[in-house]
Amino acid sequence: MIQSTSAFQHLSINHFVILSFILFSIGVLGVLTRRNLIVVFLSIELMLNSVNILAVAFSKHHNDPSAQTFVFFIMIVAAAEVAVGLAMLVMIYKNTRSLDINALNNLKW
Amino acid sequence: MQLLTILVPGLPLLGFLIHVLFGSKISKNLSGLHGSLWPILSFVLCCVLFRMVSSGSAIDAHIFDWFQVGDMNIPFAFLIDRLSISMLLIISGIGALIHIYSIGYMHDDAGFNRFFSYLNLFIFFMMILVMANNYALMFVGWEGVGLCSYLLIGFWFSNNEYNAAARKAFVMNRIGDLALVIGLIIIAKTYGTLTFSELLVSEKLTIAGAGTIGLITLLLFAGATGKSAQIPLFTWLPDAMAGPTPVSALIHAATMVTAGIYLVVRSNVLFSMAPMTLDLIMCVGLITSIVAGTISIKQNDIKKVLAYSTVSQLGLMFFALGLGAYEAAFFHLLTHAFFKALLFLGAGSVIHGMSGEQDMTNMGGLRHTMKWTHILVLIGVLAIIAVPPFAGFFSKDNILAAAYMKSPVLWGLGLMTGLITVFYMMRMYFLTFWGENRASHEVQHHIHESPLSMTLPMTVLAILSVLGGMLNVPELFHGDKALMHFLSPVVPIVEGHHLDHSTEWTMIGISIAAILTVIAVAYNMYVSKRGLPVASHAANSVGDLLQNKYYLDDVYDGAIGQPARYMAGFLDNTVEQKVIDGAVNGVGSVSNTLSTITSKLQSGYISHYIIAMAIGMTLFLLYFILF
Repeated sequence: MIQSTSAFQHLSINHFVILSFILFSIGVLGVLTRRNLIVVFLSIELMLNSVNILAVAFSKHHNDPSAQTFVFFIMIVAAAEVAVGLAMLVMIYKNTRSLDINALNNLKW
Repeated sequence: MQLLTILVPGLPLLGFLIHVLFGSKISKNLSGLHGSLWPILSFVLCCVLFRMVSSGSAIDAHIFDWFQVGDMNIPFAFLIDRLSISMLLIISGIGALIHIYSIGYMHDDAGFNRFFSYLNLFIFFMMILVMANNYALMFVGWEGVGLCSYLLIGFWFSNNEYNAAARKAFVMNRIGDLALVIGLIIIAKTYGTLTFSELLVSEKLTIAGAGTIGLITLLLFAGATGKSAQIPLFTWLPDAMAGPTPVSALIHAATMVTAGIYLVVRSNVLFSMAPMTLDLIMCVGLITSIVAGTISIKQNDIKKVLAYSTVSQLGLMFFALGLGAYEAAFFHLLTHAFFKALLFLGAGSVIHGMSGEQDMTNMGGLRHTMKWTHILVLIGVLAIIAVPPFAGFFSKDNILAAAYMKSPVLWGLGLMTGLITVFYMMRMYFLTFWGENRASHEVQHHIHESPLSMTLPMTVLAILSVLGGMLNVPELFHGDKALMHFLSPVVPIVEGHHLDHSTEWTMIGISIAAILTVIAVAYNMYVSKRGLPVASHAANSVGDLLQNKYYLDDVYDGAIGQPARYMAGFLDNTVEQKVIDGAVNGVGSVSNTLSTITSKLQSGYISHYIIAMAIGMTLFLLYFILF
C-alpha cells in the first residue's frame, strides 16, 4: 500500500464519490443523447472508469485491497470489450455507411 | 378338462380372428365353410362336456385370476353345470345350424365375410355369458352380445334406418345394463363376492336384509328387461328386425334375448328370497306378453309379427319365472329356441324366395310353390300355438299348470295370451301360404324353393320342434319331468301340492278347444273371405292403437327423445357457440389487442431502450434506497 503524502491526503472520500458521480452522469447523458456510435461507445467507457475510480477510492478508504483486483478485472474485460465493440462498429459502418445509432432500427416487430 | 372348457368358446373366437385377419384373402365359399365349422366343433365339444356333466358333478374350471379389489377376488373361471351346459348346447347347436343356413341366405351379399366374423364373435360372447362362474365375467359376455347385436342389426350400414334401429337397440340395452351394473356393485358391496358358488347359497344371502335383496333383484331384473325385451324396454326388438334374418333367428329369438331369463334362473336362489320382485316379474311378463301379442295381430311385416311374437313369448317366460316356476320358464326357453328359430328361418326362406319381399299383404299361396318351406313353417306354427304333441304344448302346459296352482285367474290370463298367439300365428300362416298370390308378376315368376343349405337346418329345427317336448313330459302323460330333475342341482324342485289329473285334463281340454276355435276364426277371416288383408286396414280406434304399437315409441320420443333433442339444441346453439366458442375467441382477441398495444413499445431505436433501461435502473435504485 502506497503511503500518499501528496495533495490526495487532503481529499476525503466524498470528493471521489462526487467525481465518480459526475463522470458517470456524463457517461449516461452521452449514451442517451448522442447519436454517433463511437461517442456512445466512449461514454460507456467513461461510465466504466468512473466506477473504477470509486472502487479504488473505497479500497483506500477501507484499507481493503481486494476492490483493486476487481478494478484490474474490469479494465481487462473493458479492453476485450473494446476490441469486440470496435470490430462491430467497423462492420456496422461497412454495411450501413453510417454510424448513426438510429439507423439500426430493424430489431422491432 | 380346462383345455376343453377353453376350447368351447375359444374356437368361435379363433374363427372370428381368422375372418378379421385373413378375411380378404379367403374366398367366399371357404369363408362360409370355416365360419360354420367352428360352432360345429364347439357343439361337438359341448356334447362331450354334456356327457361329463350329466353323469358327474359340475365343472369349475379356473383359468386365471382376473383382478382383485380389496378382499374380493374375481377369477376368470368357467362354471359348467347342468344349467350352463343346456344353454351351451342351444347356443352352439342352433348357432351351428344358423351358420349353415346363412351360407345359403347370405350368398349374394357383399359383406359375406364380415357377417360370418360377427356371427362367430357373437357365439363366443354368448358362451362367455353362460359359462362364467361369476357375475363380473358374465357381464363381459352380456355386453359382448349387445355389441354383436348392434353390429348385426346395423349390418347393412348404408341404410340410415337400419343404423337408427341398431343405435336404438344399443341404447335401450345400455339402460338395462346400467341397472345390472348397479345391482352387481350392490352385491359386491353387500356380500364381498360375485362368484355364483360362493354367493348363491341361502345361508350366505340371509346376511343382508330383505330390502337389500329386494333392491338387488329389482336391479338384476331391470337388466333382464333390457336384454330380454320386456316392458318398458322392449321397443328395440321389433326394430332389430332390420338385421339379416339369420341374425333375427339366432340373436333376437333363440339365444341373446334369453340371456335375461338365464340370469334370473341362474340367480333363482336370490330371487326366491324376494317375493315382491317375483310378483313384479310376473306382472311385467304377463303385461308384456299381452301387449306384444296384441300388437303382433296388426303387423303386416312377416318379421315384425315374429318379433312381437318373440317379445310375447319372452313375456310368458318371465311370467313363469315370476310364479317361481324356473324350470318351466327354462323349458319354454328351450322349446321356444327351437320353434322360433325355425319360424324365423322359415320367414327368411320365404323372403329369399320372394326376392326380398317382407310384406305379408303381397304374399299368399306359397304352399304350392315352396312346398318344403311350407311344411316346416307349419310345424313351427303348430309348435308355437301349443298343439299337442308339439314342443310348445308341453312347455306352455307346464307354465299354465304353475299359474293355475297360484290362481285360476292367472291361468285364464295365461291361456288368453296363448290364444292371442294362436290368432296372430295363424294369421301370418294363412296370409303367407294360403289364398291367392298377391305379388307382382315379376316376383311371382322368380318364386323358388330355397337351397339345401337353408332347408336342412330348418328340417333339423323342425324335428326338434316336434320332439322337444319330450325333454320334460309331465306325470300326466306318464313322463318323469326329465328336464326338471336334470336341472335340480341348480334349480331346486319345489315340493308343492300337485294338481289332480282330472283338473289337468280339464285344463288341457279347454285350451285345445279354445285353440281350435281360434284357428277356425282365423281361417274364416283370412282364407274363406278372400282379400281380407286389405279390409284389415279399416280405420277403427283399437286397430289404430295396435298398428301404432300403443304409441309407445311416440311416448318415449316425447318423454325422452324430444327433451334430449331440445337440450342438445340448447347446448349446441347457446352453450357451445356462445359460451365455449366465446371464451376461446375472447382469449384470442384479448391477447391480440394487448400485443398490439405492447408492440408499440418496441420501436427498434436503441436510444429508446437505453432510456427505458436507465429509468428502470433508477427506479430500482430508488426503491432499494427508500425501502
